[in-house]
Amino acid sequence: MTAFWVLAPVLVLAALGLLFVRKAVHAALLLAVVMISLAVLYAVLEAPFLFAVQIVVYTGAILMLFLFVVMLVGVDASDSLVETIPGQRLSAGVVGILLLVLLLLGFGQLGLGAAQSLGAAGGSDNIRAIADLLFSRYVVAFEVTAALLITAAVGAMVLAHKERLEPKRSQADLAAQRVRDFSQRGVHLGNLPAPGTYARHNAVDTPALLPDGGTVPGSVPRVLVARGSVRDVGGFASSPGSGDGGEQGPGPKSPAAELVEAQIEERAWTRPADDADGRAAAPPGVSDPDDGHEDAAVTGDAGEQGEES
Amino acid sequence: MDSVTPFVVLSAILFSIGAVGVLIRRNAIVVFMCVELMLNAGNLALVAFAYHHGGLDGQVAAFFVMVVAAAEVVIGLAIIMTIFRTRHSASVDDASLLKW
Repeated sequence: MTAFWVLAPVLVLAALGLLFVRKAVHAALLLAVVMISLAVLYAVLEAPFLFAVQIVVYTGAILMLFLFVVMLVGVDASDSLVETIPGQRLSAGVVGILLLVLLLLGFGQLGLGAAQSLGAAGGSDNIRAIADLLFSRYVVAFEVTAALLITAAVGAMVLAHKERLEPKRSQADLAAQRVRDFSQRGVHLGNLPAPGTYARHNAVDTPALLPDGGTVPGSVPRVLVARGSVRDVGGFASSPGSGDGGEQGPGPKSPAAELVEAQIEERAWTRPADDADGRAAAPPGVSDPDDGHEDAAVTGDAGEQGEES
Repeated sequence: MDSVTPFVVLSAILFSIGAVGVLIRRNAIVVFMCVELMLNAGNLALVAFAYHHGGLDGQVAAFFVMVVAAAEVVIGLAIIMTIFRTRHSASVDDASLLKW
């Protein structure tokens, strides 16, 4: 019982964390804690077969599936903790407590009788007895389970399959799109500028610096700008010996981050989002196609002529 | 107090936590995880009672529950992926076209 009293608080705390963590990844990791603890409890209850199956099937297969789907789905508005129905969270808590009381009262009514050991069924090493039971009395259910798994696999493939509605864009199409954007909207034709490389920071969240101390727009990936986690390089630009590395987490936006964002907004420097799955994403700056890019449009005429042939 | 009673009480607690999670979480994936928590709580009760009664039928039933849970997770996550692909959200509030 020592294992139980050690693991039961861990189990309850991890399960409660499932209710309160904001990110789905953290919820999946807490669920892994619950699953592994339950596997140990199965071993305590003399069920070595279920101990192995719990670890292999639940923490091995099902939780990996959860993590893959979390990775594919990503972060969206469903992680918000805003209550959409007023009072729903409180009433759900009340209902949960009532359910717990009901369950405990129901279990309290049970007359369990005298405990018997698993000795008749092979003691703690009862895997062979389980196999006998599974292939004799429960063999029909076992075969139906096989049909269920096949159906589930085929159903998952059918549901996850996606018909391609438009032809796949080749590399030549993407290059033609870039030249067309350059000629029509003045979007920069070449590569995006590289992030800044300094003595202590060369990660992609450090914007490159211009000779006048400003930051190069587009040198930080759009995702980092949207998250507000652009490193402040003001220390590098003005006084290199100040010692302050400009450490900044994803908190309030630094002046450098605001500068980068403003410059990205005023000049459509980034390429339009060409998603891999062909999703029609609105290119940035499509609302005002001609905002001071006359010179780029003029110089881009040659490229457009060569493009349309 | 039987030696198996704490396991059953823990199972009831985990089941209630899973039920509350299904009610209050908005993310469909986390709702699914809470359903898995409820299934596991049921499994724990089954194994505990099997231990108490000295039989193996409870363990076999828990094994079948695990298999059905695996199939259910596969289909459910595929449905969540399909919904996310069409409406770019995994929130259970956004899938409301069949509401009325």
